[in-house]
Amino acid sequence: MAEFRMPSLGADMEAGTLVQWLVKPGDRVKHGDIIAVVETQKGAIEIESFQTGQIEKFLVDVGTKVPVGTPLAEIRAESEAKPAAAAAAPPPKAPAEKPAPAAPPPVQAPVRPPSPPPVAPPTPVAAGARTSPAARRLAEERGIDLSTITGSGPQGAITYADVERRLGAPAAVPEKKRAPAAAPEKKRAPALNLDAMRTAIAAAMARSKREIPHYYLEHQVDVTPCEQWLAQKNATLPPDARLLIGVLALKAVALAARRFPAFNGFYRDNKFEPSEAVHVGVAIAIRGGGLTAPALHDVDRLTLDELMARMRDLIQRTRAGRIRSSEIADPTITVSSLGERGVEALYGIIYPPQVAIVGFGKVVVRPWVIDGAIGPRSVVTMTLAADHRVSDGHAGALFLAEIGRLLQEPDKL
Amino acid sequence: MTNIDIRKVVQEELNNIAPEVDMASVDPAADLREAIDIDSMDFLNFITAIHHRLGIDIPELDYPKLVTLNGAVTYIAAHLKSGKD
Repeated sequence: MAEFRMPSLGADMEAGTLVQWLVKPGDRVKHGDIIAVVETQKGAIEIESFQTGQIEKFLVDVGTKVPVGTPLAEIRAESEAKPAAAAAAPPPKAPAEKPAPAAPPPVQAPVRPPSPPPVAPPTPVAAGARTSPAARRLAEERGIDLSTITGSGPQGAITYADVERRLGAPAAVPEKKRAPAAAPEKKRAPALNLDAMRTAIAAAMARSKREIPHYYLEHQVDVTPCEQWLAQKNATLPPDARLLIGVLALKAVALAARRFPAFNGFYRDNKFEPSEAVHVGVAIAIRGGGLTAPALHDVDRLTLDELMARMRDLIQRTRAGRIRSSEIADPTITVSSLGERGVEALYGIIYPPQVAIVGFGKVVVRPWVIDGAIGPRSVVTMTLAADHRVSDGHAGALFLAEIGRLLQEPDKL
Repeated sequence: MTNIDIRKVVQEELNNIAPEVDMASVDPAADLREAIDIDSMDFLNFITAIHHRLGIDIPELDYPKLVTLNGAVTYIAAHLKSGKD
């Protein structure tokens, strides 16, 4: 029997509150399924299962705040058929990618009264329909009756995407309900508690400044080739398939990070653990003042089109308060960009336990010398803040130069 | 579709991106990126929403024409008309 535990979503997290189960005992779940929602300082996080199997029972009631590592539920692995059903059980499926850890010897199960039925989540839900908090919020905002939606989530749970799909069908959306005139102050996703987020940012940044000996470098890069390539590519594409220059920057950073491992990984317990995978944390500003940097996974291995779709999805979910646990827990390096307005350079603060953050300022047109002649070019200032316990300025300079070099050949990204 | 209807659609789609903004109080000639604090991804989502909702194609080269409320309404009105010819 495997235990599904309160995950650690960052070094600064000590406890979380179980807000909602999206499954019930008896449901089958697989690795990566979203099975619960947990409230943390970073907002409501959708928690993914690391196991494949069947939910055996819940160990914690909804509404309970528990320390990181507390078992929340028991999950019976696929291969562990229930003793009674063993004879009738179908042959076990092919082993899951990551088999659940072997069950501990069947010592006495923790003595616990049978869990009472989960306490109803704070907001009433249409009877029978399990609904993710973000989906419920969206439905409320847009005046959608949840009972009219068929859920596509685990065991028929209504997901945000289901509600979005309904919104996409214009006929079903009462026009007057879409008008946002009333009570605009109520519109922000309640899952995003900006005060708590500010506290979390303050704690992480104070720890970073206290513990990490930062050094800073900057490098200007001519990104005219990126702009020309994008203009040509996007000209033939509908808006939802177009790429933004930020995607090229993310990919270039990820490829460079693979080549320079001293900037990709974690510094923990007085030593650096480089990461094989490149999970790039994307700093996303929250309307109303907040910031979080969830990970895009395996950025070095995604095509630009895939990366664009993932980034769009991630930004949308983050701003709606729907980050997943894996996205919060494991960025290996962070990229921050203040967009096309604002400033020309930003000097980041490393998010511990990471060891580097790359910043991109806005693109500006500057006189630039090419082949001995001066001409107008689009130039961006890249910066690197990196951890002196792990690398030196010399390596940092090579890393930044590599990013700049990669941006000269956008078609190869 | 009248210009008033178009303005309503534009304001609704912008409000989907910036829900806390009272669109009625936004200067119709102001650069939206400044006025309601939207970034390049927000703007692309806005263009995408207009494309899906009204069926007009907005090439990247035309983006600068849509960065104000008035500009967007004028642009969309012109393209809805030409689409019908």
